[in-house]
Amino acid sequence: MSSDLRSSPPPSRLGRVGSAAAGLSSVGSVLLGRSARAVSKLRGSGGSAFPGLVVEKIDPHFLARTLRRLPRGVIVVSGTNGKTTTTKMVVELLRGQGLKVFTNRSGSNFTRGVVASIVGEVRLNGRLDADIAVLELDEAHAVHFVKAVRPDHSLLLNVMRDQLDRFGEIDTTAGMLRAIAQHTDQGVVLNREDPRVRAIAHSLENQRVDYFGLSESLLSHFPSDDDFHAGPAAAADRPDADVVLEELTEGGGRFTLDGETITTTLTVNGAYNTFNAAAALAVVRQALGETVDSAALIASLAKVSPAFGRGESLTVQGRSLDLVLVKNPSGFRLGLSSFASSGVATMIAINDNYADGRDMSWLWDVEFSSLAEEGVRMISGVRAYDMALRLKYDDVDFDAVEPDLQAALTRFLDDNPGQPARIFCTYTAMLALRKQLSAYTEVEAF
Amino acid sequence: MTGAAKPIHVLQLYPRDMNIYGDFGNALVLTRRLQWRGYEPILHSYDPEDEFPEEVDLLIGGGGQDSGQDKIQQDLLRLGDRLHELTERNTPMLMICGLYQLFGHSFRTREGREIKGIGVLDLHTEGTDTRLIGNVVAESGQFGEILGYENHSGQTYLGEGVQPLARVTKGEGNNARDSHEGARYKNVLGSYLHGSLLPKNPAIADFLIATAVQNRYGEDVQPAIEPAGSAQPIDELTRQARMHATKRPR
Repeated sequence: MSSDLRSSPPPSRLGRVGSAAAGLSSVGSVLLGRSARAVSKLRGSGGSAFPGLVVEKIDPHFLARTLRRLPRGVIVVSGTNGKTTTTKMVVELLRGQGLKVFTNRSGSNFTRGVVASIVGEVRLNGRLDADIAVLELDEAHAVHFVKAVRPDHSLLLNVMRDQLDRFGEIDTTAGMLRAIAQHTDQGVVLNREDPRVRAIAHSLENQRVDYFGLSESLLSHFPSDDDFHAGPAAAADRPDADVVLEELTEGGGRFTLDGETITTTLTVNGAYNTFNAAAALAVVRQALGETVDSAALIASLAKVSPAFGRGESLTVQGRSLDLVLVKNPSGFRLGLSSFASSGVATMIAINDNYADGRDMSWLWDVEFSSLAEEGVRMISGVRAYDMALRLKYDDVDFDAVEPDLQAALTRFLDDNPGQPARIFCTYTAMLALRKQLSAYTEVEAF
Repeated sequence: MTGAAKPIHVLQLYPRDMNIYGDFGNALVLTRRLQWRGYEPILHSYDPEDEFPEEVDLLIGGGGQDSGQDKIQQDLLRLGDRLHELTERNTPMLMICGLYQLFGHSFRTREGREIKGIGVLDLHTEGTDTRLIGNVVAESGQFGEILGYENHSGQTYLGEGVQPLARVTKGEGNNARDSHEGARYKNVLGSYLHGSLLPKNPAIADFLIATAVQNRYGEDVQPAIEPAGSAQPIDELTRQARMHATKRPR
């Protein structure tokens, strides 16, 4: 962004400008948003949603008007787990098809974050220089968003226990995803293996519905929350899927796309990310229809790099260090089953800040026995002792408990020199650890 | 441990439908603490239309979504007589959240629908539009400070026939009006607290175990043998986890 806008009025005056300017043009909205952005950068607040807030208050139709002008429309990605990685995959797949793609990359996955991203990229005439938008939307805010901007396609990944302290119940979250689907104009892509997501199809009338799914043999690798307590559901009523992940291969997967089998490696780690790839393929195929170039699709897929903290592998002091974000039981279970623990030094860091979820109950819905053989070298985070108790009751040994993340990471690296390392961490613990790791290695900015 | 460990039968009520907030942790804690005391825990699961096991020394149940409560309610009513009988025989039970509510007389939903409970506990619950969510600290004479996490929109009011399990010092507990958290009648404990409850409140776990052992074998529970392994003993880990939990915001 250019710096000539930094001589803007302070935020206290922006409020007054806003209330007096009901019928602003897009040009005005863009300038105003950019001013707010410049101001918030100058103040060092770093909050990427602030400029969005200013524009949204003044010109609530800005978002809809700008996105509606895109020739290939808007794709929305939502669900509990895997939004960020899958959104990134969809973006890369579309770029590989030669399209200009707008996305909310700042990680601020709320409506205002989207507005803020647009303000940063839009031309002064209010047009985005893009063919299509791919937006990652948090479930709760997505409903508000789709009422303002009806997407052309939506990709709904899963409904799992996550931040129940925010939404109350899983069925409430499922209702939010259903609302997204109902506000989608053309097509919806659903996870066939998640019963709550699959059921959304029953409440749709006009939209095309496609599915992505797993082969029978892989179902047990991806247990849902229900399966954890009751075993996998009968497969009888599962519809045909457009894209199926047939098999996990070394560093990738074998997929069936509408009957055609392809095998590819992936740059992102973890079985769940391979399943996310199936989701991304399915929505791109739906959005582009027959014009899709399959060979280019596969080539793009192999190159997608991990999103911030999702299946990310760093090199620290000459050894590999994997950061695995865990935020709910199913994600933690998948994280544990996706990576072998033998020969790897493991650390677990559990915080309970608002963004992590305050309730620690979820740790008791994860089984940790796969760590029993190697044990855990370090437990850290605000709720380190909750985690330590959890491991104790699963007979998993650990060497040390140090709630202070900085001290814990230093000791973990020092005590396990040269050994491949893996850190399972909640969201805010990951933010802190990445900041510290940037002293040792190149860490992609967030 | 000798080969002749004495069995203690632990029954999980409706684990398939009432399991939403990690309440499985309670079953795990009871299992391990029984083993450490030289008993052989036998964990039974009871889901709707299952056969009720002949021998039951201790019962636990968890929270569920509204849809889960609907699925089990009719079946629970059929079990009512049996659960009353076990209660009168001083069988220890721990019912959390959704099953705590259904162990009362009734749950009146926001729409005014009356869901009948089994009335083991003299209390009733009213559905509301507000969810009571957050960390809870409560004080109980018998179990000391009880720590947990609540997440419920039903608000529960106690009758004359039960005692409150504890009095809340942080958070809401049973309802937003009085300071009661949970309820107790004989050895049946009800509570809104997840966390899971028992890992950080082992005094409650050990009470349930001691009562079950006394009922079945007429003996005081055997002392625990500290499990080998990690550097810090379980009591110290528990103390630390409790200390950090009390400092957390609501």
